[in-house]
Amino acid sequence: MSGTEKETGFTFTIDGVEIKAHAGQTVMEAADAAGVYIPRLCDHEGLRHQGSCRVCTVKAGGRSVAACTQPAAPGQAVENETPHLTKMRRDLVEMLFHEGNHLCPICEASGNCELQAMAYRLDMTEATKFPYLEPCRALDASHPDIALDTNRCISCGRCIRASQDVDGKGVFGYVGRGIHRRVAVNGENLADTDAQVSDHAMSSEVCPVGCIIRKRVGFAVPIGEREFDKGLIGHEIEEKRK
Amino acid sequence: MNNGRNGTGANGLTASSCNVAPVPQAEIAAICDRFGNDKHRMLDILYDVQDRYRSIAPATMDAIASQTDLTRIEVEGVASFYSFFSLTPKGRVTIRLCDDIVDRFCGLKDVVAAFEEVLGIKVGDTSADGAFSLETTPCIGMCDQAPAAMVNNVMLTSLTPETARAAAEALMAGQSPESLVSDRFNELSPHERAVRMVENNVRHAGAVLLGPVPEEAGLNNAVGMRPSQIINAVEESGLRGCGGAGFTTGRKWRFAASEKLDRHFVICNADEGEPGTFKDRVLLTERPHLLIEGMTIAARAVGAREGILYLRGEYVYLRELLETVLEERRRRGLLGKEILGVKGFEFDIRLQLGAGAYICGEEGALISSCEGLPGEPKTRPPFPVSRGYLGYPTVVNNVETFCHAARILGQGAKWFHAMGTEGSHGTKLFSVCGDCLNPGIYELPYGHTVWELLEMVGGADAAAVQVGGPSGTMIGRDSFHRKLTFDDLATGGAIIIFNGQRNILEIVEYYMSFFVHESCGYCTPCRVGNVFLQKAIQKFQKGLANPEDIDYLKDLSGTIIETSRCGLGMTSPNPILSTLKNFPLVYAAVSKPSKDGIRDTFDIQSAIDGARKIAKRRSYIFDKDFTQ
Repeated sequence: MSGTEKETGFTFTIDGVEIKAHAGQTVMEAADAAGVYIPRLCDHEGLRHQGSCRVCTVKAGGRSVAACTQPAAPGQAVENETPHLTKMRRDLVEMLFHEGNHLCPICEASGNCELQAMAYRLDMTEATKFPYLEPCRALDASHPDIALDTNRCISCGRCIRASQDVDGKGVFGYVGRGIHRRVAVNGENLADTDAQVSDHAMSSEVCPVGCIIRKRVGFAVPIGEREFDKGLIGHEIEEKRK
Repeated sequence: MNNGRNGTGANGLTASSCNVAPVPQAEIAAICDRFGNDKHRMLDILYDVQDRYRSIAPATMDAIASQTDLTRIEVEGVASFYSFFSLTPKGRVTIRLCDDIVDRFCGLKDVVAAFEEVLGIKVGDTSADGAFSLETTPCIGMCDQAPAAMVNNVMLTSLTPETARAAAEALMAGQSPESLVSDRFNELSPHERAVRMVENNVRHAGAVLLGPVPEEAGLNNAVGMRPSQIINAVEESGLRGCGGAGFTTGRKWRFAASEKLDRHFVICNADEGEPGTFKDRVLLTERPHLLIEGMTIAARAVGAREGILYLRGEYVYLRELLETVLEERRRRGLLGKEILGVKGFEFDIRLQLGAGAYICGEEGALISSCEGLPGEPKTRPPFPVSRGYLGYPTVVNNVETFCHAARILGQGAKWFHAMGTEGSHGTKLFSVCGDCLNPGIYELPYGHTVWELLEMVGGADAAAVQVGGPSGTMIGRDSFHRKLTFDDLATGGAIIIFNGQRNILEIVEYYMSFFVHESCGYCTPCRVGNVFLQKAIQKFQKGLANPEDIDYLKDLSGTIIETSRCGLGMTSPNPILSTLKNFPLVYAAVSKPSKDGIRDTFDIQSAIDGARKIAKRRSYIFDKDFTQ
């Protein structure tokens, strides 16, 4: 296998940096391996690529594509951190903030939240220009060990894929269409499903925001010592190159 | 009066939700069994369940899930995606009034009022006795005879308040929807039924599709040709896809034919959902054999043995006609094993009915829908020609494209290539509607100017023309010299004419509401961004916009176009961008700088509306509807 990969190996560039890749790799996979961070929210290591948040939009061959689903191509010049793309990404992150009900100061995930961290990385420091949609979303506290606060859900679907592909369960799924499309549970409420707090889907790394809450472990790590208090989102990938 | 009626409705709903019948597992199992318990036939299963139980209730979904080896949430994902499925009980007769902008301009409001008054329910409601549901739905492909409505599987067209009232009264009196068409409905042939319900309105027949067409000339020639020769002929003709995108048909077939997998598929996209487009409706009614002939030729070219005809749910009234045609062709040896007696030439088609989702006109979403999934576009690459339906190479073409292909094989590539202009060969069906004397179908060679078309249709006093529907371009009189070709004004066929009395912002707001309704919601920019665009246009309508809001519209549109995952989001800002470009004064006239320099993003009156209702403190000045 690795022999074939070696044979089909090639290089392309991201913002002028040469990246090694092999056939079948996406732009993002190759970038991650090479220590170049491409911002993303719906994509997560170990889960199927979905390409829905569009935060990983890059320019490849003059076209805008999602880096998480776009196959890497030999010799291609990919643009990643340009002012134009950063602005697009900021727009998308702002859209996600305005679509749901995100109140960072009272959120348990603050400091561990990828949406919040992405906003900092993309310099979302000014007043936003979009209207707030202020949806009316329910809280599901039916399960003994897990609560769902879908006000914070950004429809990334990581929990859906983790439950299906890693846990082999299918606790979550999408329902509805358009602006009414949302993540829902396989039953009347979460207690009605076979969800367990030990599921990969329920782990803190899968939900990028504070939607899936494990009961009785809130604020175990104090604010100020949380993941993104240590560095910008993506720093662990970028450190590979240093 | 209003209060009394609402009260009954609410009581009725409570009563019906109390006596939920236990789910008859055996009946559900029998329905699933009819479709081989195949999860890919989920739309058919859900249609049958809904027909039987008036809704797709949660417990029913559990039963369907266990039959088809899915989880309930997967079934719910499909059932909740499509507009024509309902998780709550619907009436035995569902009336869906077409709520397109053209219908609105043709007096939809009074038609709605007539239905509401006679049926005693409002749009969005189901009557307490479970007899009727009244809904609105986006364009149902009847813009040349608007206002129109679907009554279960029956189409009502050219409605007036009087005919609407008469229809509603007949339904109230217990008559069937079919009896509204004819009291001898059962004796009519499928074709007679279709043309009684819906006028063809063919105003100009061209040389290729709507003029005289010799029977099976294309297929007869194709059986004597090698697949590569068929593809060469289609490529040499210059035929490009007629659904809107305009991809070269021959190349698409060549890509699919070059894939060495053991199964290939040919799918016909009869999901013409672009508002103002109704050309395929006429081909499906008058040239169904030509269409199937074209699909059969494509099957021979790419080596497909299986085909699907994806018919939009709104055209359910044509299902019987098409099923009859398929059956007849099987009988005549034009479908099935050994077509025209040729050994190894095997091809058959199943009809898949859609369920109310514009997005399914997108190639990948259409394939998802055929697979029994929510109509979400697929990640590209891989493209459908290499990995399409169930992962096999798949050719998806529009109805008109297949019809053209059959004629090209019959008459020769040169004949077709000689018509039209360089880069846009052959003829095109234009579906013309709106403010003109003769709305209907015009088959014309590519290359006519908008002026020429307007003169033909009796629309010379047009102030604006929407070319290609909402995802196309709106042009003003200074652009009417432009040509209807792929390189200038491309269109899947829709030509919507607006006179000087029409409010451009009202049209744009309607089109944005359409895209918000029809976005699948998969990707962020299309799902959320279109809502923001619609809200921004509403600001202009209310006179709350600043000049900076024009920049905001352009900026947000740019993000949506650049980051969206499929063609819907890549074109949904077009109504705004093309009117900003071609009708800038419309926006300038209603936007004014605010005195204090603060952008007014906050509408205090709508913000306190909820609280005001609770406190029962109504405002005579600001309440939108003080009677509530």
